[in-house]
Amino acid sequence: MNENPDIQAHQLLDNLSLYYGPKKKFVAICAGTGCRASGSLKVKEALEAELKKQNMNEVDVLATGCLGFCEKGPMVIVHPDKYFYQHVKVEDVPEIVSKTVAKGEIISRLVYRHPETQKTLYREEDLPFYKKQNRIVFGQNGMLDPSKIEAYFNIDGYQALAKVLSEMTPEDVINEVKKAGLRGRGGGGFPAAVKWEGVRRAHGEPKYVIANGDEGDPGAYMDRSLMEGNPHSVIEGMIIGAYAVGSNQGYIYVRNEYPLAVTHLTIALEAARQNGLLGKNILGTNFSFDIHINKGAGAFVCGESSALFASIEGRAGEPRAKYVHAVEKGLYDKPTVLNNVETWANVPLIINKGADWYASIGTEGSKGTKIFSLVGKINNTGLIEVPMGTTLYEIIYDMGGGIPNGRKFKAVQTGGPSGGCIPERLLDIPVDFDKLYEVGSMMGSGGMIVMDETSCMVDVARYFLEFLKEESCGKCVPCREGIRRMSDILEDICSGRGREGDIEILESMGAAIADGSLCALGGSAPNPVLSTIRYFREEYEAHIKEHRCPAGVCKALITYGIDAEKCTGCGVCVKVCATQAITGEKKKAHVIDKDKCTRCGACIQSCKFDAIKVK
Amino acid sequence: MVNMIIDGKNVSAPKGSMLLEAIRGAGISVPTLCAHEAVSRSGACRLCVVEIKKGNRTRIVTSCLYGVEEGLTVNTKSDRVLNVRRLVMELLLARCPESDLLQKMAKDMAVEPQARYAVDTDKGKCILCRSCVRVCEEVVGVSAIGLFSRGSYKEVGTPYNEKSDVCIGCGACVYVCPTGHIEMTSTGDKRKIWGRTFKMQACEKCGKFFAPVDQLKFISKKTGVPFKELTTCTECR
Repeated sequence: MNENPDIQAHQLLDNLSLYYGPKKKFVAICAGTGCRASGSLKVKEALEAELKKQNMNEVDVLATGCLGFCEKGPMVIVHPDKYFYQHVKVEDVPEIVSKTVAKGEIISRLVYRHPETQKTLYREEDLPFYKKQNRIVFGQNGMLDPSKIEAYFNIDGYQALAKVLSEMTPEDVINEVKKAGLRGRGGGGFPAAVKWEGVRRAHGEPKYVIANGDEGDPGAYMDRSLMEGNPHSVIEGMIIGAYAVGSNQGYIYVRNEYPLAVTHLTIALEAARQNGLLGKNILGTNFSFDIHINKGAGAFVCGESSALFASIEGRAGEPRAKYVHAVEKGLYDKPTVLNNVETWANVPLIINKGADWYASIGTEGSKGTKIFSLVGKINNTGLIEVPMGTTLYEIIYDMGGGIPNGRKFKAVQTGGPSGGCIPERLLDIPVDFDKLYEVGSMMGSGGMIVMDETSCMVDVARYFLEFLKEESCGKCVPCREGIRRMSDILEDICSGRGREGDIEILESMGAAIADGSLCALGGSAPNPVLSTIRYFREEYEAHIKEHRCPAGVCKALITYGIDAEKCTGCGVCVKVCATQAITGEKKKAHVIDKDKCTRCGACIQSCKFDAIKVK
Repeated sequence: MVNMIIDGKNVSAPKGSMLLEAIRGAGISVPTLCAHEAVSRSGACRLCVVEIKKGNRTRIVTSCLYGVEEGLTVNTKSDRVLNVRRLVMELLLARCPESDLLQKMAKDMAVEPQARYAVDTDKGKCILCRSCVRVCEEVVGVSAIGLFSRGSYKEVGTPYNEKSDVCIGCGACVYVCPTGHIEMTSTGDKRKIWGRTFKMQACEKCGKFFAPVDQLKFISKKTGVPFKELTTCTECR
């Protein structure tokens, strides 16, 4: 043990940082899951080969984590000018190297064009998608190769830990996080420092520190992209948290369906251990802490704290009543801090830049930024990080680029499957923990699903309840039996079997299920139904009373017809129709036999003349 | 002792006890299905919910799991409470329409079956209160039965629904089952339960078949009492 830990921690870290001398020029290619799916790894290999071929050994290729603008992947960013290229293919690589990397010339076909003004925008920061964001957490992804700890050192990685270990007492750390106003990013929005303080004070050893990476919302992938793209930020946050609460043992609970996250976390933990940042006597101090990865089997409910503990303990992932809080009795009935991965990733920033800086971002009650996954009927699908208090309008129209195909916005679903649907007239509300709750939805972990006029809100509620029915653990009666009965009723309504009074039954069931369920899954499960009834009641009524689906989605309530004036009689639809429901003479308007038609939509897709109409 | 106000009455209860006992101790009835005295509590049925008030905040809690607290105001019959109980009863009546117990409880609580729910035909009388699973694990100590699947597919049974090697045929699960769902038939020297047939031990003295041989062997192994000493029924001992 060293005599003077205060100096030692910083010195040791400085020595580690020396390992990595970054090159001035590098080409970053997004190797997040989305871009990998669209072939970015092949582009990366091509870049490496081409740089070698053209004798440019002074240039690095950086395979980064998710850069956010998934719609435009694979993305390449050429540093130091930060030229942004979209939809890059292997064939583009020789030109990128010979022109842009070598001479700083821009290849205009790969550049982003503003969809309205058609103006070309060269740099990442000029793109409307990025412009209004404040990517304090997620922006680091673009600067590092997540499989190299040196890259993290290079962006001041583990400096916060060194500062904490050498200059701050555990109480100082808790106070700093409290002053910053950090609230849990997993959905609950509980003040992180209050949790930490509780665990610090609680009796019982050992104490546990856990990162919740069991992101299970359909369409949400921000936690995944953080763990994949910047695992050390999560780990550093956890080590600092462990120091603050007095814990020596941590877990990262991550879904096994996130193989890249598991791989990168495993590499990162091993590298941290080898560099003396995890394990015994971290950075030469008396403080010891290590982290294990616990792979979840994919149950949505295991993101709930007490179910997550049960799962780590090797039992079925079922929640239990939490009248005694996890800070006193959590994992193995010991004091436990459980925070979402994004919450942990915020911690090093708070320590490095200070609580005042952090608290200057966001709203009165919700500080800092939040990462959202913006998906659904939206032009710019991707991950965005915005200051708390940004309006839904800014997110959907300024960053998201609005709704594709000139369609009309209808609703945005926030907070995952048990969140709520927010209509157009509320788009001006600033997004923070409290505001979303007020309008009947919630922050959740940050999923945002945008819907347009072709989305049926009853069908949307039916879809989410079906999901929750499958994912309810089945322990308590209101959730297990109640959700399936609500789901049955919604199924009836969508199939034209809705009855007078169904809306009222759903409302009364929803209130009782929310009140009576054991955990937050059941407690919030009625939200998709209650919020769509609240804002789109007329759509429910149209289904029940008029047997009509206004959005043209529910198959039992719609009929397909052909607009005789538009139909050219080309016969393409006849070929795609699987049930031979379409007939007609060549070059004359065709007709659809309603009895044979299964309303699969294939003819609509195939018709170039917009002649097929849904009623 | 801890002092509380329950339905407007001053009630005191021993520290560390649960609200359910305090409420019943005050002569107020609270329906329950899953709180059996022989096993730990799980909070699964949600019938025992009450509304508590601390400061300005009110919330619904399960009284079987909520510890008594000084100064707590408890309402056992608020609208919110009765709505949850009514929902639970309606849902269970639709799940287990043949259960006499549920019908009687529903009548006592003035709850009618909800006509909008299609009645289940495949669940028997099992309400998944898990008393059987808990007694098998906690009291008997063999864990021959458990819960499988998730959500509405959840069911109780032996692993893979095969004959259990560890079941001793004691019937504790039958004894704690509130609705009489678990089938156990005893004829002559045979007892059938969970798909397995057990040989019964005849009492050395009166000759009555009183317990499965496997159960007596299990007790002998656990307690160290020789098997021979256990072959007399409790009445003749």
